[in-house]
Amino acid sequence: MTAIPQSGTYINFFEVKRGFMSWLVTADHKRIALLYFYAIMGFFIVAFGLGLVMRLELIAPGATILDPQTYNEVFTLHGVIMIFLFIIPGIPAIFGNFALPMLIGAPDVAFPKLNLISWYLYVLGGLLALSTLLFGDGPADTGWTFYAPYSVKTGTNVTVAVLAAFVLGFSSILTGLNFIVTMHQMRAPGMTWFKMPLFPWALYATAWIQVLATPIIGITLLMIVAERTLGLGLFDPALGGDPVLYQHLFWIYSHPAVYIMALPAMGIVSETIPVFVKKSIFGYKVIVYSSLAIAFIGYFVWGHHMFTSGMSGPARVIFSVLTFLVAIPSAIKVFNWVATLYKGAIDIKVPLLYALAFIFQFAIGGLTGLVVGALATDIHVHDTYFVVGHFHYVMFGGTGFAFFGALHFYYPKIWGRMYNLKWANIAFVIFFIGFNLVYFPMLVLGMMGMPRRYYDYLPEFTLPNLISTIGSWVLAIGLVIMLVNLINGRKGPKASTNPWQSVTLDWTHTQSPPTLYNFDETPQVERGPYDYRNYEQYLKEHNKN
Amino acid sequence: MSDTQNTHVTGYRFSILIWVDLLILTLLTIEVAQFDFQSLTVIVALVIATIKSYLVGTHFMHLKFENKFLKAVVIGVGVLFLAVLIVLFSDYLFY
Repeated sequence: MTAIPQSGTYINFFEVKRGFMSWLVTADHKRIALLYFYAIMGFFIVAFGLGLVMRLELIAPGATILDPQTYNEVFTLHGVIMIFLFIIPGIPAIFGNFALPMLIGAPDVAFPKLNLISWYLYVLGGLLALSTLLFGDGPADTGWTFYAPYSVKTGTNVTVAVLAAFVLGFSSILTGLNFIVTMHQMRAPGMTWFKMPLFPWALYATAWIQVLATPIIGITLLMIVAERTLGLGLFDPALGGDPVLYQHLFWIYSHPAVYIMALPAMGIVSETIPVFVKKSIFGYKVIVYSSLAIAFIGYFVWGHHMFTSGMSGPARVIFSVLTFLVAIPSAIKVFNWVATLYKGAIDIKVPLLYALAFIFQFAIGGLTGLVVGALATDIHVHDTYFVVGHFHYVMFGGTGFAFFGALHFYYPKIWGRMYNLKWANIAFVIFFIGFNLVYFPMLVLGMMGMPRRYYDYLPEFTLPNLISTIGSWVLAIGLVIMLVNLINGRKGPKASTNPWQSVTLDWTHTQSPPTLYNFDETPQVERGPYDYRNYEQYLKEHNKN
Repeated sequence: MSDTQNTHVTGYRFSILIWVDLLILTLLTIEVAQFDFQSLTVIVALVIATIKSYLVGTHFMHLKFENKFLKAVVIGVGVLFLAVLIVLFSDYLFY
C-alpha cells in the first residue's frame, strides 16, 4: 500500500513510489494514463511508418517498392492499428484517464484496478494484432473492415486479427464503464451536471457509445471466426446467409465508433478554446446537448456506408436523412467554438493552434462527409480516394490534431516542465502544411475517379499522388520535430502549476505534476467551469504555489 | 446500501423455477423455427427472446429490486435496441 503524503509535503505521483514494478501494478489513474500514452505512441509510430510506406509505393504508377499482396497487408495493418490502437483509445485512455478525475474534483476513477486491467487488455490486443506479422501467411489483407465473404475465404491471419480487435473492444468497454460510474458517483461537492467541464461531458457521451455499441462488433468479429473455423454460413447466401448482414453488423458498431473517435476530440477543443480566449464558452448547454445528440443520432446512421452494397431504396433514404441530421449538432459545436473566439482576448499558444486547425480540418472533413452522405453524389465517389481524404480529414485532421493539441496542453500538468514554445510552433506549421499536402490531393483524386485500396493507378493520377507523397514526408518531418521538442521538454524549464491560467479544477487545485490523490482536500465547486470573470483574482486565491 | 442488498435474496427453488422456464422457452424457440411465419419469423423469435431477457434481467440480475434510475437505463437500452432493429429492417422489409 502506498503511503498517503502528509499534508504540507508535496510529493508528486512520479515520486510516490519508484521502480519498474510500481508502474506495472499501479492503480493511479495518472500513471495508467502514461502507460497508455507510451503504448499508444508506440503503435502510432508503427502505423505512421506503414502509411509512409504506402505513400511511397504510390509515388508513381506501377510497382515501386511493394508487391500487390504486401500492399494489401500494409494498408490493412495501418488501418487496424490506427483505428483500434490509436484513434479509438487515444484521447479517452490517455487524457481522459489523466484529466477526468481532476476535472471533476475526484481522487481517482471509480474502479482503479479495472482501469489497469483495461490497459493490460489493450496491450494484449495490440500484441495480438502485431503477431499476425510473424506467422502463417502474414497479416490480414482484407482492409480494417474485415468484410465478408473475403475475410472468410482469405488464407491470411484474419482470425488472430479479429480476435485482437475483440480483446481491444473489452478494453474500450471497461474504460467507458469506469468513466460513466466515475462521473455519476465521484463529482466533487457542488459540481452539478451542468457545472461539469465539457471534456468530461464529451467523455460521458463517448462512454455510453463504448458500452452500448462495442459488444456488437465483438459478436460480429466472433461470427467471422465461427465462419472461418466452423463454416456456419452466416454470411454465405448458398447456406441461407447474407454478406450484407455482415456490413450492417459491422457498421452498427463502427459508425458510432467514429463518434467514439470524434467526441473526445471535440471535448478537448471545448476545453482548450476558453482558456486561450479568457472567456466563457459560447452556449455551454447547447454543446452538452450536441454531444449527447451526436452520440444518440450517430447510432442510427451506419447504413450510409452501404449505399452501393445493395440496400433497399427506403433504407437508403432513411439513412441519408439521419446522416444529414447528425451533421446539425456537429455544426452547432463548430459555430459555438467560433463564437467563443469572437471578441475574446485571443492568446495564440500552441494548444490553441491545434484547436483552430481542428476546426478548419474537421469542417472540411464534415462538409465532404455531406457529399458522401447524399445518395446521388455518393454513387460517384464511393470507394474512391475522396472517401480516404474525407475520412483522414475527420480522423487525423480532426481527432489526430486534437490529440497532439491535448498533449501540448496537458504537458506542463503531466511533467511539470515546459517544452520549447518556438519549436512547438514551427513543428505545428510543418505538421499542418504536411497534413493538407497529403490529404487534399486525395479529395481531388477521388473526384477524378481513382479507386481506393489499389497499389497501382492510371498515369493521369500521377501528379496529385506525387504531391501527396511529398506531403507525407513534410508531415513526418513535422512529427519528428514535435516529438523531439516534447522529449527535450522533459529537461526544459520548470512550468508553473497553471501556465495557461485556466480556471478548471485540474489546473487551479492541483500541483504540476499532481500528487497521488490529486487534491489535498476535496474541492468545493461554486463557479461554472469556464467562468473567467475576475479570473486573475480567483487564480490568486486558488492556485497552488 | 449493504443492508438493502441483503433483503432480497430469493431461494434456490425460485431460481430453479426461472431456469426451467428459460429452458422451456429455449425449446419453444427451436420448435417454432420449424414453421415458416414469413415476415413474422424474426418477430416471433424476438418475442420469445424478449421474455427470456426479461426473466434473466428481473430475477437473475436483480433488476426487480433496483432503483428507478437503473431500471430506466435498462429500458432505455431496450428501446435503443428496438430502434436499431426497426432501422435495420427498413432494409430487409423493402428489398
